[in-house]
Amino acid sequence: MPSYVITDKCDGCKALDKTACQHICPNDLMVLDKEKMKAYNQAPDMCWECMCCVKICPVQAMEVRGYADFVPLGASVTPMRSTDSIMWTVKFRNGSLKRFKFPIRTTPEGQAVPDGGYKSGDDLNSQELFTEPESCGMDTLPPVK
Amino acid sequence: MANFETVEVKTDVLILGGGMAACGSAVEAAYWAKKNNLSVALVDKAAMDRSGAVAMGLSAINQYVGVKDGQNSVKDYVDYVRNDLMGITREDLVANIARHVDSTVHLFEKWGLPIWKDKEGHYVHEGRWQLMINGESYKIVVAEAAKNALGMDNIYERVFVTEPLVENGKCVGAVGFSVRENKFYVFKAKAVIAAMGGAVHVFKPRSGGEGLGRSWYPPFNSGASAYFTIKAGAEMTCQEVRFIPVRFKDAYGPVGAWFLLFKSRATNGLGENYMETRRPELENWAPYGKVKPVPANLRNWLMMLDVMEGKGPIFMRTEEAIEKLSKEVSDEKERKKKLKELESEAWEDFLDMTISQALLWAATNTMPEERPSEIAACEPYFIGSHSGASGAWVSGPEDIAPKEYFWGYAHMTTINGLFAAGDASGASSHKFSSGSHAEGRIVAKAACKYAVDNPGEPAVDNAKVEALKERILRPLDLYEKNKNATTDETVNPEYITPHQYMFRLQKLMDEYAGGVTTNFKTSDKLLTKGLELLKFLKEDSEKLGAKNHHELMRCWENIHRTLQAEAHIRTILFREETRWPGYYFRSDKPKMDDSWKVFANCKYDAASDSWEMMKRDIISIY
Repeated sequence: MPSYVITDKCDGCKALDKTACQHICPNDLMVLDKEKMKAYNQAPDMCWECMCCVKICPVQAMEVRGYADFVPLGASVTPMRSTDSIMWTVKFRNGSLKRFKFPIRTTPEGQAVPDGGYKSGDDLNSQELFTEPESCGMDTLPPVK
Repeated sequence: MANFETVEVKTDVLILGGGMAACGSAVEAAYWAKKNNLSVALVDKAAMDRSGAVAMGLSAINQYVGVKDGQNSVKDYVDYVRNDLMGITREDLVANIARHVDSTVHLFEKWGLPIWKDKEGHYVHEGRWQLMINGESYKIVVAEAAKNALGMDNIYERVFVTEPLVENGKCVGAVGFSVRENKFYVFKAKAVIAAMGGAVHVFKPRSGGEGLGRSWYPPFNSGASAYFTIKAGAEMTCQEVRFIPVRFKDAYGPVGAWFLLFKSRATNGLGENYMETRRPELENWAPYGKVKPVPANLRNWLMMLDVMEGKGPIFMRTEEAIEKLSKEVSDEKERKKKLKELESEAWEDFLDMTISQALLWAATNTMPEERPSEIAACEPYFIGSHSGASGAWVSGPEDIAPKEYFWGYAHMTTINGLFAAGDASGASSHKFSSGSHAEGRIVAKAACKYAVDNPGEPAVDNAKVEALKERILRPLDLYEKNKNATTDETVNPEYITPHQYMFRLQKLMDEYAGGVTTNFKTSDKLLTKGLELLKFLKEDSEKLGAKNHHELMRCWENIHRTLQAEAHIRTILFREETRWPGYYFRSDKPKMDDSWKVFANCKYDAASDSWEMMKRDIISIY
């Protein structure tokens, strides 16, 4: 369906100020049914299967079922994203399993410092951008010719 | 008219978009704004953490020149891009981005992006220009730096910008609406940066059911940059240069790691390697057919020739590549370890950026070390940051640009105060994620300079804004007024839904402008007929109906796509040759013609709904 919501698990993010999946979907697909307090994907055929909703759901109520028009049934790919890494569980149609873990960042969440510790000049008319030339790793900008 | 509150936002520098280029603009503008007492605002139609083409993540950074370590020079990169685009490129723009891109990549690393390193601490290259990364959170990390620099108070998320505000040849802002609340936004600014991505779903995708959304480039990049700049009256360039990537079939997983890192080859159903059997064909596209690497469109073309002769399926020989790589290790135990590493790298390549492909592998019980997987050409996309080139015609930087290419501010369009970056600026291909961010930084500094040099308050005509508000909200009104006239609200003689409108556009482009159905072939006759049908579609865009905010956004996305489509057809028609055969083939002009070694540019006049087509010389900076 692309992304779908498991009825029994979704609580409509009632403890948060906004529904996580609705907040994050880059294509504005997730909607909260306020009567049922359950979220749903309003246009599955516009879903990119980016899994941003699956990764952010605080109660693991979201999964992806591959596009029905070309993906055989029975497999799944499940992310578990933490603050510094992501664990993937890949379940094959034939039942076999694979697990992979990859780092996702090297700094604490929220702590990206814009200048990265590099110094900047203050000439609005020069070709040097914010943090340059130090961030180029050189004394000057890389020469064009 | 639907009851939407008008919210006015005044700022000095306005950044439209939230993707890689816009994040670059945010970080850069925040710094120069503080130094020069300017204000900056950014508008994103989604949430910055996961908006734009890098929303899902990426497994590689495709542009890193490596000047500091003497790996390559800026000129090396320009040579590569010029050849890949069959000679049609703005060297001054490509060079400008190339001299700043390493700095951007070094910043990414400081912000927390894990870039692979070898034992000596050097970046691991996928290819000459490409670096391997653990990029699941690439966008989150880059957006975080942008948000920390700008402050959330200056960021408007879930606001969809639909129209430029232009007065006396100067861009003075933009209007749009919230996709969540009844709010109509009027942004007034001294300098405006368009960085709203490229365009997908202009052409019919290969998958038409649930898989409609599985485009390679994301479906939410819907031509906003092209529309904004075209509608503002900016001169556009390379509108014919679409990009058709060859990717793993159906789920569109990346092939770069397989071709470059794993040194895999692709073969047809008979086991033949089209890069060898079709080599003589490259002579027809000299001198570009003879350069290394072979330009992307020509590699496509050789494969397409096999497909058109019924020699498919085309396979990426993953099993062969992995066997070859593991054989390089003689020790049995070490070889097993190597195999495990390769398997993990292969899966991460998909999981980091095209999860659907991992799912398709799992659903078809595919182990890449055991059997090959199909690859195929996707549908056409407009993505000037990648191997396409469509976008606005912008000024070069003062110290590099030939005088014909310089009009005051780096990467400013021909409309004063309107800048373009990433997919929004043209003729500077192969920027990818990192170069788009670097270009975002370049334009932000230039836009700050423009705002300092031109401190006059933006003169916005309020009557025009009111008229725009009525027009922009009209789909809601049309739906509300007529929805009860039929028993099924989706079928109504007074309006059409945005989804059906999109299908009509896609069918038209597919059949007349060289889509998948015609094997990317078209002709003057087909294009002329396509234009005739497109005129009806444009007229019917007045009849789009929307039942809620989401559909209103869809209506305007499709109006944006339509103008991109028209610029595309008109420019293919204007350029009387075939120059990029693997992107499109004009059957009435099947050869490359030296007299067309020029830029094909166009300009739209909204008031008269007319186009001016023009040639611009290619001027080398070397």
